[in-house]
Amino acid sequence: METQTAISLASIGAGLAVIGAGLGIGRIGGSAMDAIARQPEAAGKVQLAMIISAALIEGVALFAVVVAMIK
Amino acid sequence: MKTRLTTGLFLILFLLAFSLPVAGQEEHGTQKEKFDASTFITEHVSNSHEWHLMTIKKRDGTEKEVAIPLPIILYYRSTGLHFFFSNKLAHGHEYKGFKMGEGEYEGRIVAVNEAGEVDTENLLLDFSMTKMVVGMLAAALIGLWLFISLSRSYKKSGISHPKGIQSFLEPVILFIRDDVVIPNIGYKHYERFMPYLLSVFFFILINNIMGLIPFPPPFGANVTGNLALTMTLALFTFLIIQISGTKGYWRHIFATPGVPVWLLPIMIPVELIGMISKPFALMIRLFANITAGHVIVISLLALIFIFDTIWVSPVSIFFVIFMDCLELLVAFLQAYVFTLLSALFISLALVEEHH
Repeated sequence: METQTAISLASIGAGLAVIGAGLGIGRIGGSAMDAIARQPEAAGKVQLAMIISAALIEGVALFAVVVAMIK
Repeated sequence: MKTRLTTGLFLILFLLAFSLPVAGQEEHGTQKEKFDASTFITEHVSNSHEWHLMTIKKRDGTEKEVAIPLPIILYYRSTGLHFFFSNKLAHGHEYKGFKMGEGEYEGRIVAVNEAGEVDTENLLLDFSMTKMVVGMLAAALIGLWLFISLSRSYKKSGISHPKGIQSFLEPVILFIRDDVVIPNIGYKHYERFMPYLLSVFFFILINNIMGLIPFPPPFGANVTGNLALTMTLALFTFLIIQISGTKGYWRHIFATPGVPVWLLPIMIPVELIGMISKPFALMIRLFANITAGHVIVISLLALIFIFDTIWVSPVSIFFVIFMDCLELLVAFLQAYVFTLLSALFISLALVEEHH
């Protein structure tokens, strides 16, 4: 495959991965906000769990970016 | 009387000062080559055999590269061990039958015979101290210095109020012990694994932070953005998991309790793949997060050169500062996530059999 086409398709692939990550982390953020609103004393624990889940999901999204980078 | 407005104006002037060197380059140069952003970026995030500091463009258009040569250590099957500095191989020169590869051997050192052909049969092992090795060793030295002085101050003053570097490191170490290791591994076994988990956390953290500081030389090496380094760390976690696996752990893999026998031919490969994919995910996660952060920062800076005008500089530098703060958060977060997941996997390995 020509390099230009490969690079453009890789960019599209990376963009799709970002959509998935954005949706996932947005949902986590939303549920975390709901949880903090219901019970403000648990804000610290909820925040911690939210950051961990966000890091894990971002890891998966970056898998896709790495695969896209190896053109 | 300083108001917010004057502080803001000072900040903007200060940021603009960084763009003055770029303005100086606009004037001369009748024929300028287009700025190659992707080479610029890949050079900064990948490994190299010399430490490139800057490229000075002189008035007559020639370029002078300022770089620190690093030792190159090669083991070539036919001629044995070689040790020399990388300035011998600069600009494509050949030295003692070795040169920097081009084309498909880009970035590696290859052995060439007199005709200039690359020798692919004999084994050539490259143990050079490249840029990332130097950065890694500097991080190790910084870590050693921090923790040896920490333990020495404990020995001197006993258990008293923390002073100096203690007051920064002690909460972090206690945080890792109480919130990462003990909840996962439990009170019985956590002391066995604390040295490894603490070392891995601080090693990744120090290397991440050193990658964010651009200069002077031991900083700015993007060590954790190297797949070989993260693979080694993930391999350590993998080995520790396998070595400390109890009988319950192996039983979970090969004869998962509660699974009917006819499902086992599917379950065993799935469990084996899971065994390998968890450290693999650790490796890729750390590598991709850190490299992606560096690529974003360098691309924002390269915007200045792509647009080739001074007015992009304040915007670009503002974004770069913002991304650098985010990168600092990512540095801490990735070290924490690596340690947390290692602790989690080790706790899975220590599962007791309960009938």
